[in-house]
Amino acid sequence: MKGRTFQRHFRESLKSLGRNGWMTFASISAVTVTLLLVGVFTIIMMNLNKVADDIENDVEIKVLIDIIEDAEQAKLVEEKLMADIKNLAGVEEVVYSSKEQELDYLVEDYGEDLSLFEQSNPLRNVLYVKATEPQQTPKVAKKIEKLENTYQVVYGEGKVEELFSFLNTSRNVGLVLILGLLFTAIFLISNTIRITIIARKDEIEIMKLVGATNSFVRIPFVLEGMWLGILGSIIPITVVSIVYYNIFKVVKPRLQGELIQLLDVTPLLYQVNVLVLALGMFIGIWGSFMSVRRFLKI
Amino acid sequence: MIQMNNVVKKYPNGVVAANGITVDIKPGEFVYVVGPSGAGKSTFIKLMYREEKQTSGDVIIAGTNLATLKNRQVPQFRRQLGVVFQDFKLLPRLNVYENVAFALEVIEEHPKMIRKRVMEVLELVGLKHKVRMFPSELSGGEQQRVSIARSIVNRPKVVIADEPTGNLDPETSWEIMNIFEEINTRGTTIVMATHNREIVNTIRRRVITIEGGMIVRDVYGGDYGYEG
Repeated sequence: MKGRTFQRHFRESLKSLGRNGWMTFASISAVTVTLLLVGVFTIIMMNLNKVADDIENDVEIKVLIDIIEDAEQAKLVEEKLMADIKNLAGVEEVVYSSKEQELDYLVEDYGEDLSLFEQSNPLRNVLYVKATEPQQTPKVAKKIEKLENTYQVVYGEGKVEELFSFLNTSRNVGLVLILGLLFTAIFLISNTIRITIIARKDEIEIMKLVGATNSFVRIPFVLEGMWLGILGSIIPITVVSIVYYNIFKVVKPRLQGELIQLLDVTPLLYQVNVLVLALGMFIGIWGSFMSVRRFLKI
Repeated sequence: MIQMNNVVKKYPNGVVAANGITVDIKPGEFVYVVGPSGAGKSTFIKLMYREEKQTSGDVIIAGTNLATLKNRQVPQFRRQLGVVFQDFKLLPRLNVYENVAFALEVIEEHPKMIRKRVMEVLELVGLKHKVRMFPSELSGGEQQRVSIARSIVNRPKVVIADEPTGNLDPETSWEIMNIFEEINTRGTTIVMATHNREIVNTIRRRVITIEGGMIVRDVYGGDYGYEG
């Protein structure tokens, strides 16, 4: 294709948007509404996913070590146990916490009354273990239990499994909803585009009669579809960006120091906006391409 | 220029619209195709520009055998023809100039050449002063003149016209016929399906009569020749 022919297609596709006034408006509206839903939903799902990750990453195994009277012997045993745990498959990190530190934590959480125990500390030295994959925590805990000199291994047995299963279900439901929404978006938008193209089938027929090749007929329509996608994604991108930015500004300070955090504005908004734009363009192009194809068999 | 050899066209619903048509039209001829409604005139015309494909037999137009023509070669083939319809088939959103230029843009003609050619043919059909007007602002006769201008702008060897005066009053019809005659004088072959008895009987040319999908009469300098 010659350069000036492409320029012509480019010009024609833009002119055509204006000429088809209401049809263009209808298509852009369909794109706008669906992409807005996709954008909002994606942001919500990505944040929920982040919350799920945060919760998962907070899960750890607490290993209470056997009490050994001889201090030197105890130190050797503890070092060996630490090394053994580190060598287990699926262990991310092991942190040692002495019984004095443990008491400090308790005092911090439950008040000064507990400081009476400083005279005779009933607690044990502890190892905190994190699994590389949080979901593997129960498995890793079972392995640690089998090692020598472990008095007790605690990881919230039962509750952790329930939590993981709940988070997994939420993720799957979210994924299904997003896929469903994408499917609906593609269907709705390409249908609207198809209706606008059906209204112009005479135009295609005449183009074919004067000897236009299929690609000559198709390219302006496909470019037009692309414009519809781009124009239709402007409002969703703007709304999603402004709303999320403001929510983030208000909510972020309140969640200071909490376990649950919102995703940062960057890169989240870039990712979502690129997704929305790309999706709009893809659906516009694809919808036009498929719809014109029907009329090219003249 | 146009040869048909024992051409049969059978539609999927069983209707046989061409039933063994054999005809030979020489370059530069002016041929009327007449016959009652539903006789197969339109199919005869459509077979020529490959809107319909024959079920059997040979259709050879300007050296191209349509039986072996591949779908992707159809655009190239159609550029050798000009087609004019009863309902003009203009693009309502394009003005007169754009409607005519369109046929040259499609074949990627140089813009300078497009301008020159479009103005030439608009002068021939007498619409040079209305280039910026849109089809809705023109009379039926003027719209048909735009349509004719579009059909000849790329200098086709054959112009095929399907009832070009069907929607026009008698006076306008004569103006349109004058343009076709002018085009024919310049060497272009013209095949015209028509119901206009007066025109056929006045401008005497070859008349092919189709009935029941068959050529029942083929006379040089003939008259309309049937009642209906």
